[in-house]
Order: sequence, then C-alpha cells, then structure tokens
Amino acid sequence: MAFKPLSRRGFLQGSAALAGLASLGTLPGMARAQALTEMTVGFIYVGPKDDFGYNQAHAEGAAAVKAIPGVTVVEEENVPETVDVQKSMESMINFDGAKLLFPTSFGYFDPHILTLAKTYPDVRFEHAGGMWQADKHPMNVGSYFGYIGMGQYLNGITAGHASKTKKIGFVAAKPIPQVLLNINSFLLGARAVDPAITCQVIFTGEWSMAVKEAEATNALADAGCDVITCHVDGPKVVIETAAGRGCYVCGYHADQSSLAPELYLTGAEWNWAKVYTDMVTAMMSGETIPNFVRGGLAEGFIKMSPLGPAVTEASKAQFEATRDAILLGGFAVIKGPLKDNLGNVIAAEGQSFVETDVALESMNYLVEGVIGSIS
Amino acid sequence: MSDDLGLWAIPIAMIGGAIRVSTPFLFVSLGEVLTERSGRINLGLEGTLVFGAMTGYAVAYLTGSAWTGVLVAALAGSVFGLVHGLICSLPRVNDIAIGIAMMLLGTGLAFYFGKAFIQPVAPDLPSIPLGGWSGLPQVQAALDVNVLFLIGIVLALALAWMFRTTRIGLVIRVVGDSTDAARAMGLRPAVIRTAATAAGGAFAGIGGAYLSLYYPGSWNEGISSGQGLMAVALVIFARWNPVACIWAALLFGGAGALGPALQSVGVSEGYYLFYAAPYVLTLGVLIATSSPTRAMTGAPGELSITK
Repeated sequence: MAFKPLSRRGFLQGSAALAGLASLGTLPGMARAQALTEMTVGFIYVGPKDDFGYNQAHAEGAAAVKAIPGVTVVEEENVPETVDVQKSMESMINFDGAKLLFPTSFGYFDPHILTLAKTYPDVRFEHAGGMWQADKHPMNVGSYFGYIGMGQYLNGITAGHASKTKKIGFVAAKPIPQVLLNINSFLLGARAVDPAITCQVIFTGEWSMAVKEAEATNALADAGCDVITCHVDGPKVVIETAAGRGCYVCGYHADQSSLAPELYLTGAEWNWAKVYTDMVTAMMSGETIPNFVRGGLAEGFIKMSPLGPAVTEASKAQFEATRDAILLGGFAVIKGPLKDNLGNVIAAEGQSFVETDVALESMNYLVEGVIGSIS
Repeated sequence: MSDDLGLWAIPIAMIGGAIRVSTPFLFVSLGEVLTERSGRINLGLEGTLVFGAMTGYAVAYLTGSAWTGVLVAALAGSVFGLVHGLICSLPRVNDIAIGIAMMLLGTGLAFYFGKAFIQPVAPDLPSIPLGGWSGLPQVQAALDVNVLFLIGIVLALALAWMFRTTRIGLVIRVVGDSTDAARAMGLRPAVIRTAATAAGGAFAGIGGAYLSLYYPGSWNEGISSGQGLMAVALVIFARWNPVACIWAALLFGGAGALGPALQSVGVSEGYYLFYAAPYVLTLGVLIATSSPTRAMTGAPGELSITK
C-alpha cells in the first residue's frame, strides 16, 4: 500500500491508538474497573469561582476534592457555554490527563458534553442539573443535582414571618424548571406562615447581568416587596441592593450573610464538597458512579445558612420543625389542592409531589400567588 | 413601602432607572466625544471602563475611600487612553484595530488583577437624597442621585462650552476636522489627539468606577454588559454633541429600566422583548433621524469612518 502524506488528524489518531495499545499491552487482561492511586479531576465554571454564588459553591466542592490524597485538580473559570467548553474539556483530557470532569454549568450539557463523551469513552463526565436519560445519553455521562427547592421552602418560612407588607420578591434568571421550582417553593414556604402572601418575580433573562439584577431588585422594592431572594449565578448584587433598600434577604447557592449581616434571614446553600468527594473516592476505589445522583438536606447535598439576628423565635420554631420534617424524607412542597397562577389545577386534593419526584424536574408553571409569567 | 402606585410605578421606575443606569453611558460617551472631536476613534473604552471598575473598586477597598478609587480609576483610564493615542500616532496604524486590541487588553488585565477583589466589600460612593420632599419611598429611591451623575452633567455642559468658545476647544476641533489646516496653524495633531484620547480614557475610567462603586456597586467580571461599546454608538446618536449625550444616556438608562418595571406591575408577558427596548429605540431613532444628504452631520472630518 502506498504511503499517503500524513494529515495532522491522521497523525493524532494514529498516535492516540498507539498510546492506547501500549497502555493495554503492558497490562494484559486487567479489569477496567480498578482501584487508582492517582487521578486528575477537572472542574469547569461558567463564571468566576469566587462569585458568592453558583460557581463559588462548586469551587468549594473542588477545594474539598483537592484534599483527597493522590488527586490532582485542574480548574478553569469563565468558560462560556459555547464550543469553548469543548476546547477546555479536550485540553483537560489530553494535556492534564483528566479522567473525571465536572463541567458545572447547565448549558454545557447539550451538545458539548454529549459530543465529547462519544469521542472519549474512557473519560467520565458529570453534569450538574440533571438531563441525563438512560435511553438517550452515553453511559460515561452522569447527572447529579440536589433538592434545593426544599431550601427555598425554608427560606420562604423565614420570609413569611419577616414580611410586613405580605409581599415578597424573587429575582430569577431564566424560567427553567429548577428556577420555577425555587420560586414556587419560596412562595409556598411563606404561605405556610400566612396564606395571604404573594410573591413578585422578575426574570432578568441572563444568569449573570449585574445592572439588570440591580434594576430588578429596585423594581421589586418599589413594588413593595420587603423580603427578597434570587436565583442568579452571583447573588451578591441582588443581596447588596436589596439590603440597601432596607429589605430582608434570603441567600442562595452560597452563604451571603457577610454582605448583609443584619437583614440576612437564612439561605439555601449547596454542599458540593460532600457530593464531589463521594464521587471521586468511589471512582478511585474502582466503583462505578451511578448515572443519576440526587439528594437533599438529609443526604447532605444542600444545607441552610445559620439563621440571622432578624429571625424571631416563632419563625425559628417553624423553620426547625419544617427542617426536621424534611430530614425525615418524603416531604412534599407541591401538594393539592394547588392551582397555578393561570387557574389550572396542578395537584388535586390529596395529590402530592414529594421532593424526589422526577416530575418536578420538568416544572413549567408558577403557582397561584406568584405574580409573573414564564414567557 | 405599602403604597401601591399602580401604573404610576412605571414612569417613576424609568426616571429612577435613567438616573441610576445612565452615568456610565454618560461618562464613556463624553470621553468618546472628546476623542472623536480630535479626529480619532477609541473603541477600547469598553476595556477602559472594565479596568476602571476594577481599579476603582480595588483602590477603594484598600484605602477605604471611594473617592480615591474614582481618582485612581481616572488615572488608569488616562494611561489606557495615552497608550492608544501614542500607538495611533505611529505612521499607518489603524485606530479602530488598536481600539479593539485595547478593549481586549483592558478586560483581560482587569479580570487578571481583579481576581482578589471579587469577594471583598468596598465602600460605596455617597448619594444625595433629592426625593426628600416626597412621602413616597419609590420616589425617594428614584431621586437618590449620585454625585458622579451631577458631575457628569456639569462636565457635559463644560465640554460643550469648551468646544464652542475656548481656544482649546477650537484647537481640538481644527485637529479633528482637518489635519492639513491644523498643521498650517502650527499645531501638532498627533500630540493633541493623544492628549484628547488620554482625557477621554480618564472619563471612561470614572464611568467604570461608578459601576463598581455605586450601581450595581460591586466588582465582578460581568459588571459591564457592554455599556462601553454602546456608549461609543451613543456618540454617533448624539451627533458628537456633549449636551445631546446627556439625553442619549438618560434615554438608554430609562429604556433599560422598562423591562423590570413592567414586570413589577404585573405586565410580565414577553419580557425578552422589553429588554430589547434600548436597542430597538436606537434603531428607531437612527432611522427616524437619518437622511441621505446629511447622514453624518456633526462628524469630525478626520475620523477614519468618515474619510
């Protein structure tokens, strides 16, 4: 056979195959699942990893992984949800030798993770947010998420006790199911205190857009909301602006109490440190990580910020009783009789969706009492 | 906070939003007017804005004084302007290309040095409560005016006066309109343009400090959302007139407040459309005021886009 001029792609494929053969050849017959003494793990964030929010929560998890002996952590921040993330992942796989990747942003999944998962079947891709389906997606991709809606429900209880105007506010990024569940949970928590409370929601349309978040917070304060929380990537601007207008605030993603010590009620925080160390140790000891990982307060996936000084005794008592009920498992925030804010029945009398119900992950409504619309 | 204003909340929120959001637009567009009147375009002001936001916040945090932060942001901005001006003074250098390079350099440096300052909380700039006459908290909040906004308005008027009546203004205009005429008068166009670009950069730096030190009032890497680029377009919209920059900046700020304000009174369908309001508005006004015969009225003759 005649030699063709060697293309770059051909060369790379050939050398990759040779390297693969070499590594297989030296270890004949060894099982694929084996205990590892060393491993490189990659983390990719969509924003800065100290944003008081989503990315910081993941980076705190990565910091815990670093402490595991034999583990090298590579991180990259400010990676857009475009083909850029594919380049970052390939660089971590090819140059750093990463065997486990945590591309943490929601938009990394489709098509970016799915594309690379086919190209690199030996690499494990773990994605936060949960869209993995066994019949559609590769087995080396997994999804994990926590029932943080429960945290927003607890936020709502402290908000319900603190609100004097009976109107609370929510600055939301985009109307995806996780955000809608948080909004609904926040209001239903407050309504567990006083069923007359309403929640005004403002969507900014972006995960991180400082000026718009500040404008939205001011608009909520103007509309008479006196407790404000949010679901955006970096809650710092919302918390500071709301506190500047004299509103109480509930945190999200990470602990923001230092930004408004007097007005911070509590906050729903991620506890990725536990999730990530569990996954990495499992993979190092040769176990397979399940493709679909979920957990809530009881499993230690989420936690609550310490209660702030403005939380009253009555509020604290109801907060703790509800938290204990959630810890028992099987708690349902969405339960009948319940209508959405357009008047459609969500849950009939006696019907309930417990925290583990997968139906909640395709939520597409705002419950009665939420002022706002998802389109 | 229990007063329900109904639909009155929208104009109040838009006035408040206009005052809060417009200041960076105003400073950057004034800086760009000064630079373009001298015959150069500095597209790098977006980078200068972001770098100004970072240095302002960092210095305010380290010294504990917000005004020191503003001052250092202005200095840093003028250094960026100076670099742009000096490079563009070399023969056969394109100012637009350098501007884009400076924009990337400014944001990149700001992200690099700004890492350590995302977490700390720096002191904010003071504001003047001009809404005390009203019993409504919404009006009071809307009229809580920052000093930099007032300085910006004074600066716009001063620039307009300078261009119209002073010798410096005349020199800048001559250099901007005709390099040959300026040389014939014994002026050195490159030096004057570099100085004008440096001063314009300082304004943009102050605009950045407003972002990080007052509204939204914290440093993070997504702070700018393109105000620096939009302000460059505002200059064309304002026909290179500093006073018109005030109205253009207020219009953009107010239009940006429309989306949240409408959602807060319950008009929540199609909010993506309302968020596009500033851009639709620009297109609309540009189309309405355009004319095939006097499209670039007011444009300095030496600008690389008009030549």
